[in-house]
Amino acid sequence: MGLTLAPASAGEDMLRFITCGSVDDGKSTLIGRLLFDAKVVPEDHLTALTRDGRHYRAFGDMPDLALLVDGLQAEREQGITIDVGYRFFSTARRRFIIADTPGHEQYTRNMATGASTADLAVILVDATKGLLRQTYRHSAIVALMGIQHVVLAVNKMDLVDYQEARFAEIVAAYATMAERLGLAAVTAIPLSALLGDNVIRASAAMPWYGGPTLLNHLETVSARPREGRPFRLAVQWINHDGAGFRGYAGTVLGGSVRPGDEIVVLPSGLRGHVERIVTYEGDLDRAVAGQAVTLTLVEAIDVARGDLIADANRPPHMADQFAAHLVWMHEAPMLPGRPYLMRLGTTTLTATVSELKHQLDISTGTQEAAKQLAINEIGFANLALDRPMPFDTYGENRETGSFVLIDRSSNATVGAGMIRFPLRRAANLSWHKFTVDKAARSAIKGHRPAVLWFTGLSGSGKSTIADNVEKRLLALGRHTYTLDGDNVRHGLNRDLGFTDADRVENIRRVIETAHLIADAGLIVLVSFISPFRAERRLARERLKADQFMEIFVDTPLAECERRDPKGLYRKARSGKLKNFTGIDSTYEPPGDPDIHIRTPEMTVEQEVDIIIDALRERGVFD
Amino acid sequence: MPASHPYLQELEAESIHVLREAAAAFRKPVILYSIGKDSSVLLHLALKAFYPAKPPFAVLHVDTTWKFHDMIAFRDRRMKELGLDFHVHVNHEGLGRGVSPVSHGAAVHTDVMKTEALKQALELHGFDAAIGGARRDEEASRAKERVFSLRSATHRWDPRGQRPELWRLYNGRLNPGESIRVFPLSNWTELDIWTYIERENIPVVPLYFAARRTVVERGGTLIMIDDDRLPLYPKEVPQQRWVRFRTLGCYPLTGAIESYADTLPEIIAELAGSRTSERQGRMIDHGAGGSMERKKHEGYF
Ligand SMILES: Nc1nc2c(ncn2[C@@H]2O[C@H](COP(=O)(O)OP(=O)(O)O)[C@@H](O)[C@H]2O)c(=O)[nH]1
Repeated sequence: MGLTLAPASAGEDMLRFITCGSVDDGKSTLIGRLLFDAKVVPEDHLTALTRDGRHYRAFGDMPDLALLVDGLQAEREQGITIDVGYRFFSTARRRFIIADTPGHEQYTRNMATGASTADLAVILVDATKGLLRQTYRHSAIVALMGIQHVVLAVNKMDLVDYQEARFAEIVAAYATMAERLGLAAVTAIPLSALLGDNVIRASAAMPWYGGPTLLNHLETVSARPREGRPFRLAVQWINHDGAGFRGYAGTVLGGSVRPGDEIVVLPSGLRGHVERIVTYEGDLDRAVAGQAVTLTLVEAIDVARGDLIADANRPPHMADQFAAHLVWMHEAPMLPGRPYLMRLGTTTLTATVSELKHQLDISTGTQEAAKQLAINEIGFANLALDRPMPFDTYGENRETGSFVLIDRSSNATVGAGMIRFPLRRAANLSWHKFTVDKAARSAIKGHRPAVLWFTGLSGSGKSTIADNVEKRLLALGRHTYTLDGDNVRHGLNRDLGFTDADRVENIRRVIETAHLIADAGLIVLVSFISPFRAERRLARERLKADQFMEIFVDTPLAECERRDPKGLYRKARSGKLKNFTGIDSTYEPPGDPDIHIRTPEMTVEQEVDIIIDALRERGVFD
Repeated sequence: MPASHPYLQELEAESIHVLREAAAAFRKPVILYSIGKDSSVLLHLALKAFYPAKPPFAVLHVDTTWKFHDMIAFRDRRMKELGLDFHVHVNHEGLGRGVSPVSHGAAVHTDVMKTEALKQALELHGFDAAIGGARRDEEASRAKERVFSLRSATHRWDPRGQRPELWRLYNGRLNPGESIRVFPLSNWTELDIWTYIERENIPVVPLYFAARRTVVERGGTLIMIDDDRLPLYPKEVPQQRWVRFRTLGCYPLTGAIESYADTLPEIIAELAGSRTSERQGRMIDHGAGGSMERKKHEGYF
């Protein structure tokens, strides 16, 4: 076999493929064999391998090819690959990127990750074992992730005496599976990764096989999406050079573009025409999918990062809802109704799963009802965005039809999605279930509502604590509002004095206001002396459903009087102020507050921590 | 770029995409400029990505004070030509303690003058993303690293806790104190780098080209005598040999290879036939298996 390793010659393009197989099917051996026979494995790596190999796995006097591929030390110790790794090699015809992903059952997320950029998938089957549950699983993920080209690599043919019948049997069984999954282009190749048969060298042991070797096939298959798709470019960066130039930098994600083409900018819907396609090498008269360019427009229209510039005659869908397949990738489960950040094209927005239609059992293809998705589970769901956005379906365009979900507090990437079809409000009946109520309002804020009721003597520290709690909540991205004597007495309750009747009415209005704000989905901090048990009981009863927490800010009277921040105690003592709580009006301390803060024993910081922890404990947020 | 190399064009476009994402996603991103061939390609790509404007990045060189003199001269010339917002950082605390590869050995020197120094510089300037020229083909543990690779507040890399990275959708969101290393050249190989340097006419440090240089053989490695700071052992005799470098770092820690390749086509031809890895000349990678991975856990770039 004349394998030339000279670098690029004319026409050399790139193929990205993923290898999938169950543990011990020989995936690592196969990749090792490709790299080894393609002579891209440096000698010092091989020496290191034999050294490591002795440490971890005995393998006669040949280097253990699988170890070439198993990158991380921890993985080597366990003898399995745990994450996605990328390998490279090239021949005179092509440059290859291999995404190597592990075959273990729980690693759906890794396979989906590797598959997301692959043009082709090599699915390994051990000839001695035939098709396994995992084979179906891997093929289903390949189909889900939109990979059209599959190589069925029937490995370990040496262990079945290179029998044609065995190969034919496996190929026939797989054909049924492929048809069920809608995998159109399957090429089956019998091989022995260990001995190198039909990997790069055509096998003398299998004269009955007339097809290409694996490498032959990889070098010649044309697996890129067809031309003729509508033009798409997601704006990454607004380019100002300070000298009057204004261009929109981005990668062409579909189709092609020429100066003069009519485009539409979405979501704004403004139309315009391409003026120039600017690159460092000079202007282009055409840019195609995959190229990174900078466009200028004839018209001075508003374009921002995150916008999609599209063919005006074949625009993408615009909607604030769509149906999508979701692959869940995080230990914390996907919960419908919970807001996530969504990366869609170059925009980031807020999205919620409005309805989880079903969960897909990827090993059998059956659909099951589900309330949530755990890590490595796949679901089909309706998603609601915080505003209408442009997108294509995943089948139309992998780049503009895909998204990832990010957790709003940890910032972890928690899920990935493939858009299947847009949903219109009217057409989507399930949306009616999602009425705008307290839960819906709270869901979009990323936490549940709560009422923190601070009670305590004047000068006990209620406002200071409430103020600091509110600051911390804000820093955590929570939505808050504070009600205290100052902002209520001066407006809403301006008409009320300090008679008993007025005090009752005052508290009633504060309770009702807190209730309305909680209904709007916010965390309300109420900071009132509220000296009487009866009125606090009233508050608790009325606000029961709003996650009411009574916080007793407990500071001895002597200490409050010593602090006397507003000089009120002095006035009360000298008789200038009547009915002052603690002096000539009683304060009834709570018998069983939800939180009891003894201020002389704590710093404000500690007090804030206690309250935040309590909110977490009650599931107001996490 | 000539259309005759579709695969290089694709790699280039992918890197430009990543650079633009880095510019948009972070408050204060910086390019880590190590003066080597990968950094040269990285800078070139940054110039392309934001043309006709200048790259919106600061540029940082972490100087261990043991770089080849040719590297520093090249760096100063390039930075002057390009007119970028350029910073050099030296760990003066380490320098004050007299840390050097000669007195403290490769591991300590690298740790103090490179790993520590980098952390200092990132914190000093408040950079929240550092864009580097590392490639996945360099070393086994790198093969699994993300393009947007998260570092904890203590600059540690957690290979098991990496964020999944799908399509072109990079997650650059940070919690307080966290930072990200961005690797636009993740999918390039050493051969791609040289082929691209040739196609694009990118200036590189002359040490990559073979010449007669004064070297001494030490532990099977050819070390160039770049100044008088390198003490010789009793039986070591400096000799003139035709050598060049595949990778550049601190001169006492960087082995030269014997070569007559003094043009780009010759370098490329030599590489295509080569059966050793470029990092073989680096002292830091050897020792116990997985040593690079350990370094990375600790925050080495
Ligand atoms: N006889 C034979 N053994 C093989 C072949 N390919 C792989 N193996 C062996 O199968 C075992 C598992 O291979 P490995 O590549 O580690 O599997 P992975 O878990 O899929 O990466 C190893 O002992 C290999 O040597 C083959 O074609 N023929």
